[in-house]
Amino acid sequence: MALTRETDYGTPKRASQTMVTLEIDGKSVTVPAGTSIMRAAAETRVAVPKLCASDNLEPFGSCRLCLVEIEGRRGYPASCTTPVENGMKVRTESPKLAKLRRGVMELYASDHPAEMLDASPEGATEFQQMVAAVGLREVRYGYSGRNHLKAVKDESNPYFTFDPAMCIVCSRCVRACDEVQGTLALTIDGRGFASVVSAGDKPFIESECVSCGACVQACPTNSLVEKSFIEKGWPDRTVVTTCAYCGVGCSFNAELKGDKVVRMIPHKAGKANHGHSCVKGRFAWSYATHRDRILKPMIRAKITDPWKEVTWDEAIGHAASEFKRIQGKYGRDSIGGITSSRCTNEETYLVQKMIRAAFGNNNTDTCARVCHSPTGYGLKTTLGTSAGTQDFDSVEHADVIMIIGANPTDAHPVFASHMKRRLREGARLIIVDPRRIDLVKSPHIRADYHLPLQPGTNVAMINSLAHVVVTENLVDEQYVKERCEILAFEQWRNFVAEERNSPEAMEAFTGVPAADVRAAARLYATGGSGAIYYGLGVTEHSQGSTMVMGMANLAMATGNFGKVGVGVNPLRGQNNVQGSCDMGSFPHEYPGYRHVSDDSVRKSFEDAWHVRLQAEPGLRIPNMLDAAVDGTFKGIYIQGEDIVQSDPNTHHVSAGLAAMECVVVQDLFINETASYAHVFLPGSSFLEKDGTFTNAERRISLVRKAIEPMAGLADWEATIALSNAMGYPMHYNHPSEIMDEIARLTPSFAGVSFEKIERLGSVQWPCNEKAPEGTPVMHIGGFVRGKGRFMITEFIPTDERTSSKFPLILTTGRILSQYNVGAQTRRTANNVWHDMDVLEIHPFDAEQRGIKDGDLVSLASRAGDITLPARISERMQPGVVYTTFHHAMTGANVVTTDYSDWATNCPEYKVTAVQVQLARHISEWQENYRQTREITTKISHDEEAIPGD
Amino acid sequence: MEEAHMVHMANQIAMFFSSYPRDEALAGVTDHFKKFWEPRMRKQIVEYVAHGGGGLHELALEAVKHLQ
Repeated sequence: MALTRETDYGTPKRASQTMVTLEIDGKSVTVPAGTSIMRAAAETRVAVPKLCASDNLEPFGSCRLCLVEIEGRRGYPASCTTPVENGMKVRTESPKLAKLRRGVMELYASDHPAEMLDASPEGATEFQQMVAAVGLREVRYGYSGRNHLKAVKDESNPYFTFDPAMCIVCSRCVRACDEVQGTLALTIDGRGFASVVSAGDKPFIESECVSCGACVQACPTNSLVEKSFIEKGWPDRTVVTTCAYCGVGCSFNAELKGDKVVRMIPHKAGKANHGHSCVKGRFAWSYATHRDRILKPMIRAKITDPWKEVTWDEAIGHAASEFKRIQGKYGRDSIGGITSSRCTNEETYLVQKMIRAAFGNNNTDTCARVCHSPTGYGLKTTLGTSAGTQDFDSVEHADVIMIIGANPTDAHPVFASHMKRRLREGARLIIVDPRRIDLVKSPHIRADYHLPLQPGTNVAMINSLAHVVVTENLVDEQYVKERCEILAFEQWRNFVAEERNSPEAMEAFTGVPAADVRAAARLYATGGSGAIYYGLGVTEHSQGSTMVMGMANLAMATGNFGKVGVGVNPLRGQNNVQGSCDMGSFPHEYPGYRHVSDDSVRKSFEDAWHVRLQAEPGLRIPNMLDAAVDGTFKGIYIQGEDIVQSDPNTHHVSAGLAAMECVVVQDLFINETASYAHVFLPGSSFLEKDGTFTNAERRISLVRKAIEPMAGLADWEATIALSNAMGYPMHYNHPSEIMDEIARLTPSFAGVSFEKIERLGSVQWPCNEKAPEGTPVMHIGGFVRGKGRFMITEFIPTDERTSSKFPLILTTGRILSQYNVGAQTRRTANNVWHDMDVLEIHPFDAEQRGIKDGDLVSLASRAGDITLPARISERMQPGVVYTTFHHAMTGANVVTTDYSDWATNCPEYKVTAVQVQLARHISEWQENYRQTREITTKISHDEEAIPGD
Repeated sequence: MEEAHMVHMANQIAMFFSSYPRDEALAGVTDHFKKFWEPRMRKQIVEYVAHGGGGLHELALEAVKHLQ
């Protein structure tokens, strides 16, 4: 596709029910009341010249270029700030208007680099387009007057520059930062001629700027412009695709020059992001062509051998031969595989299909095991389906937003901006989190209640909130009577009403004043539409599933399901966590969350796949590792996951992998898990394949191939090759055929096809006969399971306890600039913001230990110990420390334990008893890692290094 | 898997369902084992119970007997 430019209507769309009819340049136009003349004109394909206006920003009226004439009115009003009126007659072109506009542009041009006035053959900025549009051919004032042409560029940000010489002070960047991103990092300093865009009188890199790119996108002059654009020039084609980072699933225009990505521009029509982006999706894509990419398959006999590069046929043949040998020796159930939430739905589907059909067992699992598996269990049990209930746009109608165990501004930044807009409009905010996350207090936003509970006490908190709702008669009785199982509700009502669940009784566990809990509960129950958003701070606990059910209980009791503005909404970590779960990655269920023991469902797959399938659940990831240590699980195929870095208790994960006889890793890079692999299959990035991702709002979006697979095969093609070699042939010419098969076999996907997604832009499942264009909001009129089911959620404290030896609680998480295990973002300039993991510790705990900011400290638990620098932070509460797991060398998961959620084995990352002390040298594990990593990742080009020798 | 780990996992399941009336609780634990524990895990816990089942929550112990 050629380079595309999206239409900019100048001002936002208005949603009034009242329609207004007017005449623009002789044409009759009917638009909603409140629409600007500029937008009304644009909707009839009349482009009024403009510079300071953009349809994602409120009108500003500063550039004076969009002047129009209105019959019967004096003067020349700005069309961006003038709303339409019935019967209005507007002229957008006249000799007088042309002269006025040319005059305005001439003034701008007189303080603009002369060489930047004309467009290049490849393209033009908006400013250059306006120069052409008004017919400006000369600047009568010359360039010798006072000007800004020698102003110093700010090149401090790794991804974009700011050149004040090109700036026309239109304020689009400032308004984008305010209105779109909600960070308010930019301002206009000075007055008149001295006016200048400022990031708080400091370089961008030192400012509050979060590098979302909204200002760069807004700039009409390229005063703010991507460094990659400066380096590579105008792109020549656009491919609309879906971001490969978090579960928001932003839509992007990948702009390329030949096969080189020039930049990623957020796609305005993207229904998840509406044209916004964050620093990762917008800028951190250079990993896709990083020199560390492995582009040739490799094999080795022992993990201490150097890797030997081989052909795809050799690698696939070797892997299949080994898997068959292992099954022959140890039995059919001795191998399995892990699907990836970073791969497409089609790829994930194929991996689980290969495991079930070619391996002949159900030993398939996915990384959702360690993040949102409790969401699946909890929401399916209470509501009937394993997914969030709302679309993202629903937040625009929420009156009370409750965020539990999530940090959206860091982990889901684009949705956080969406949410912040609603909060600035006046929605109330409750935050339940041990840390004082940014949303507790940020520009124009202040949480009504921050409930800083002790890690591990979520269930105590949700029961306390429910206790208030029940005992203060705040239950929506009519809703419950109509929509829920009454017996289960009565059981639950009696349970939460017990005094032991009151905020006062639970304060001893949560540490949160009962009065605050009571007030927050009243606000949620009576403040209008209440929406719960939650993250891994809910799920990654020994009672993760219980807490998910507790939130569903609370929302059902208050009638907060089945309409816009409400719901229980998981914020998914990786881009395709929802999709990988939907596609049957879990060992106990087929695509569409149907248990393998269901005879009729199993038969439908047996008939379609022409093979007998097992009726018993397979092993989960931790069970696979346990079985490996026991000697009954000997081979694994891991596509796009790094369990050594991401999963808890690294010693145990390593021991499990080391005990296996054939580990096959498919990835972009030699990740930490590949240190234990015998076969390495090169992965393909999201730019190199077709497919679909499903985001946290169940939205299925197309991933479109922008360049050919760098290693020759897309991931789905590699899986097909492996399945064929295993003796189970697969035949697909394109991922769309895989989706067609998914649709045939999965009722909630029955209406999904690439053609439909292409036509609609995206589609949210369930998509079937009842909802042919998808389902933005679920459970309208009734729950998927019929009646909603309240579950009793007894608070059971974790067995991971603090002691005199381990007196602090460690909780782990993410930050804005890095993503998950960092395999992608560590290979980008995002390291400028976070080049190592640090331990956040409260000043009180630090002082007690003699720790100063930046000191190297030891972090020790019952599972292991590491060292890392300390950062003293009042975001923490005393007794709680925090770190991230983005850097392999840190080894954060050396410290985390085997404790896990009772229902799903999701690890309890959020509660580990630790001690922190000053350290003089790195830990033994880190020293060992440093020494062995080089050995286990070495690639030999020595012909004699043949596996088996 | 290590016996202590297995016992801990089984007891967690039992403790969740122990809030329910006896029949419902027993059915819940048994069903959970059947739906989510792979056969070799069930075999291990069945054998463990056959050797006394020390440390298991009473509800887990009873549920395992229903697996046999």
